[in-house]
Amino acid sequence: MNALRGLENLGRGTVRAVEEVGYLGALLAESLYWLFVGPFRKQPVRVEAVFQQMRQVGVNAVPIVLMLAFGVGVMLAIQGIHTMKTFGAESKVVIGIALSVTREFSSLIVGILVAGRSGSAMAARIGTMVVNQEIDALRVIGINPVRYLVAPALVALLIVVPALTVLADIAALFGGAVYTSLDVGISLAAYAQDTADVLTVDDVMQGVNKAFVFAVLIALIGAANGFGATGGAEGVGKVTTRSVVMSISAIVMADMLFTFFLTR
Amino acid sequence: MNSEREAVIRVRDLVTHYGERQILKGVSLDVHAGEIMVIMGGSGSGKSTFLRFLLGLHQPTSGSIELLGQDITQLDSQGMYELRKKMGVSFQGGALFNSMTVGENVQLPLREHTELDDATIEIMSRLKLELVNLGGFDRLMPAQLSGGMVKRAALARAIAMDPRLLFFDEPSAGLDPVVSAELDELILKLRDALNMTIVVVTHELDSAFKIADRITVLDQGDILLVGTVEEVRNSDNRRVQDLLNRRPREEVIDPDAYMARLTDTPLNEL
Ligand SMILES: Nc1ncnc2c1ncn2[C@@H]1O[C@H](COP(=O)(O)OP(=O)(O)OP(=O)(O)O)[C@@H](O)[C@H]1O
Ligand SMILES: [Mg+2]
Repeated sequence: MNALRGLENLGRGTVRAVEEVGYLGALLAESLYWLFVGPFRKQPVRVEAVFQQMRQVGVNAVPIVLMLAFGVGVMLAIQGIHTMKTFGAESKVVIGIALSVTREFSSLIVGILVAGRSGSAMAARIGTMVVNQEIDALRVIGINPVRYLVAPALVALLIVVPALTVLADIAALFGGAVYTSLDVGISLAAYAQDTADVLTVDDVMQGVNKAFVFAVLIALIGAANGFGATGGAEGVGKVTTRSVVMSISAIVMADMLFTFFLTR
Repeated sequence: MNSEREAVIRVRDLVTHYGERQILKGVSLDVHAGEIMVIMGGSGSGKSTFLRFLLGLHQPTSGSIELLGQDITQLDSQGMYELRKKMGVSFQGGALFNSMTVGENVQLPLREHTELDDATIEIMSRLKLELVNLGGFDRLMPAQLSGGMVKRAALARAIAMDPRLLFFDEPSAGLDPVVSAELDELILKLRDALNMTIVVVTHELDSAFKIADRITVLDQGDILLVGTVEEVRNSDNRRVQDLLNRRPREEVIDPDAYMARLTDTPLNEL
């Protein structure tokens, strides 16, 4: 009996998950529709809204991104030097740092940070608007909520998350360089030269490409949760939390798949 | 009556559901040009629901809704977009955009639908705010307004485009009698000055009798009566009289159904 109920719940959960993924797909399609077709129907996505979002999501996140990425670089250097010592190959640490920063860590750190800062803010903003009937008010004025709220955020994230990722690359490499030069005694110039020798455009692009995918995930999951808000302030709080947990999970899963297919 | 006048809103056999639950059970109604139609009824009778369907916010289960000659249940999104320029709505809670100033709220429909320059749009929005006695408040945020001011600001936004159809959910709910009387005056003024057709949802009797040309009484998803103020006052329908005299409903209790609800088992299994 209990097993049956468990199975039933699992079934229901699966249906809901599939529905949810379908909804995310529909949101993406609708956002793209407004971005590309909207201007021809005199209902463009407003450029000012994109810039406003870019400022909130991007510019305001720069200091914390720099700090976190620098910390990750230092951490990788400490760990790398410790590991390499056993082989007596401390100087090879540069390769390890360069590759793991650009291919893995920068985009992941930026993705998680932006999901926590901006994905949640988006869910809260849209959720509050649902609860206050502001979304209905937009619709009766003739303003499509996806065009007005989701499309600008999607564009902003698609620009900002990759940009922040490149910035994080630089900060993390710098962090690694500073620690390595102090510990192993390689000069910063030599470190930079070594890094430039091993890094290829492909390595950097792998991180950047992931960043594009993360941006889409953060925007859609934040918006979908916001539109799903019901029942007052408490409901908004719930979907906000849910959007953070969901988008970070989605980012880690997507990262895993990416790495699996691109690294082997 | 008035059959020669143009019906700008024409609803036929409207049936609507929220999930499984049927809310409106086949509503038909005509509203004529330049008329103030008040929709009355007890709490939960389906007034706000009716309004939401009139606004095209949901797709009905069956039936048709014609606004200004166009059936909005069939209309494509571009047609709906054009139609919305001629409709204004003030929601029960105001639904002002909290991230914008009062002035920006009123300007939004103009920015969306017209090519006017900023200065003109600002002047037009201030004119509308003056009209609802909120002159000089355009820089405030919605959170800084009182309940009555929110309703008036929402009204200013609703009439920003000089719509032909104005919908107003509960103008006087939660307001003191003086402010609510002022809003009634304002609604009459709008109809007379701008010749709008106005649909007002309310359960305040005084207000309904003061502004209505005709009244529609909704009860549990059905129309009980459509008539002039006099006709409604003199109606001998019990439910209408209950509503007018604020008498509690005397519902006949079906013992089986009651038992089924209490024990949460379907009737046929009892
Ligand atoms: N979003 C919704 N989902 C499900 N049921 C709803 C929803 N909105 C309203 N209902 C139900 O529809 C019925 C009619 O509600 P409605 O809000 O139209 O009543 P009303 O006449 O406006 O009442 P009031 O005077 O209290 O505002 C109620 O029984 C309510 O439970
Ligand atoms: Mg209501």
